[in-house]
Amino acid sequence: MSTVAPLATDSDLAAEKPSAAAIAKKRLSSPWASLAAIVIAVLWTIPTFGLLISSFRPERQIKRTGWWTFFSDPTVTLDNYRSVFGQNGGVNMADFFVNSLVICIPSVLIPLALASLAAYAFAWINFRGKNFLFIAIFALQIVPLQITLIPLLEIFVHIHITGTFWTLWLAHSTFALPLAIYLLHNFMREVPAGLIEAARVDGAGHVAIFFRVMLPLLTPALAAFGIFQFLWVWNDLLVALVFAGGGNEVAPITLALANLSGTRGTAWQLLSAGAFVSIAVPVLVFLLLQRYFVRGLLAGSVKG
Amino acid sequence: MFNTASTTPEKLLQMLAALLLFAAVLGVILFFAGRLGGRRGDKWVGYLYLLPVVLMLLVGLVYPGLRTIYESFFDAAGKAFVGVDNYKTIFTSEDQLVVLRNTVFWVVLTPFLATGIGLVYAILVDKSRFESFAKALIFLPMSISFVAASVIWKFMYEYRPDQANVQQIGLINQIIVWLGGKPVQLLIESPLNTFLLIIVMIWIQAGFAMTVLSAAIKAIPDDIVEAARLDGVNAWSMFRKITVPSVRPTIVVVLTTIGIGTLKVFDIVRTMTGGNFKTSVVANEFYSQTFRADNQGLGAALAVLLFILVIPVVAYNIRQVRQSEAR
Repeated sequence: MSTVAPLATDSDLAAEKPSAAAIAKKRLSSPWASLAAIVIAVLWTIPTFGLLISSFRPERQIKRTGWWTFFSDPTVTLDNYRSVFGQNGGVNMADFFVNSLVICIPSVLIPLALASLAAYAFAWINFRGKNFLFIAIFALQIVPLQITLIPLLEIFVHIHITGTFWTLWLAHSTFALPLAIYLLHNFMREVPAGLIEAARVDGAGHVAIFFRVMLPLLTPALAAFGIFQFLWVWNDLLVALVFAGGGNEVAPITLALANLSGTRGTAWQLLSAGAFVSIAVPVLVFLLLQRYFVRGLLAGSVKG
Repeated sequence: MFNTASTTPEKLLQMLAALLLFAAVLGVILFFAGRLGGRRGDKWVGYLYLLPVVLMLLVGLVYPGLRTIYESFFDAAGKAFVGVDNYKTIFTSEDQLVVLRNTVFWVVLTPFLATGIGLVYAILVDKSRFESFAKALIFLPMSISFVAASVIWKFMYEYRPDQANVQQIGLINQIIVWLGGKPVQLLIESPLNTFLLIIVMIWIQAGFAMTVLSAAIKAIPDDIVEAARLDGVNAWSMFRKITVPSVRPTIVVVLTTIGIGTLKVFDIVRTMTGGNFKTSVVANEFYSQTFRADNQGLGAALAVLLFILVIPVVAYNIRQVRQSEAR
């Protein structure tokens, strides 16, 4: 299976017959349709483009002239990026970048592993109270994070782990579970029962079946949810603010950028470069794993 | 191991330790599950597999949720019982009414505009030569954080005073000046600022709407389209009578999904205005009241309100998904 096929291959393959949309567009007299599409595309791109250009302009110019003057007076510098990596008395995004990674990796792996076990139990093991538990966990998807934060913080204070990565790992892992269990359960139910039965007849227990039969089949679903969860954690601000807001030691890059925007809201040389350092990872993930990314996004869009 | 790690090696080491600890816990579970052989041991394997998840959800979601509901009936310090006073405050105090009004603006405007733009764009670029590239442009904002998106747009809205030797550096104000107007403090003028923040959310969510709707459009059966085409249906009728009705269930799911996301929007408001200048919404006000104003009771009540507002939308959304799956 090709894992990095871009989003649009399906449309390329199906390009033979005109679709409803294609006809609608054609009848809309194509030049106007194209123009409208181009207008939307430009409107959607300009904000990011402007800040990207600015991140390569010298500080003096950023603050005095609009980024569009760059084209009549192009001066390129990497000083802004040096500044956000700790030189010239700026901030050091590198530390926060590491924090984001350290927060993300366990926050993806832990819920994935736990949820696949639980999903397996729900899908293929019979026990009393199964339906009730499943519906209860399904219903927990709708709980907004906000409603849990303060009591959770009190618990963390009580067990003395505030200001550590543990708070973020535990919080993100817990919040991910309901959706992860639901999605993986749906996926596991589609595995033919005969496959499980055959393995059982061969004497395999639930542990062996889980690892030898289920896990290989589950890879696309795990990848889709893993990517979704990774981006969710990487891009999160609220959870980080509540549990890591006190100090900079465990703060992720989103929090660093938000603080920079709050305390030095006009330091555009730092903000522009900082913003692009923080979005480098999600954009890279998006470009490389577009297909899984979209699938995860579609599946997980009600989370939080 | 449970201390604050401050250097990079320490952090990585702590992460490794956490993962090893987790792997050990998992190993113990699997070890016991493996020893529970035979069909009679089955249910115990089930309980064992669910044990960590149920524990985490009880401690991390269920108890905190109930606790917050309980605390919403207490005063700012969480000491004295005040009945439904906090909820009364939300629906009567002038500041809070602005918050509610803004939330209504957000939740009504964002889903419809983002979905509308997404749908039109999906149709416009469908089957065009640059489809994948054109889609990526709109979709990219969806992958970045709300914080980064806010910084990007704050720069668009940047204001410089109207003086002879000062040039605008924000594109919107520059356009206003080019058109002969005076620069506006875009993020300070209320209620204009709220609408400008909503644009950021639309900018992010349109890509989501476009991707989901594009998939739905491609799934419309060819024979329907062909029949309509042979009937000589024009573009507008094709859109109104074939495309939109065919993807109606998807449109509803997209609308409600964006609606839920918008209800909980916090990052954009906090990063762009901090909720000042009358731009706060419920999710941001929850944070401000709890952590800035130290009013735990009111903060809790706002969180509960958020929960209550989400329930009908989610219920509706689930019903729609069920219906479209049943087809």
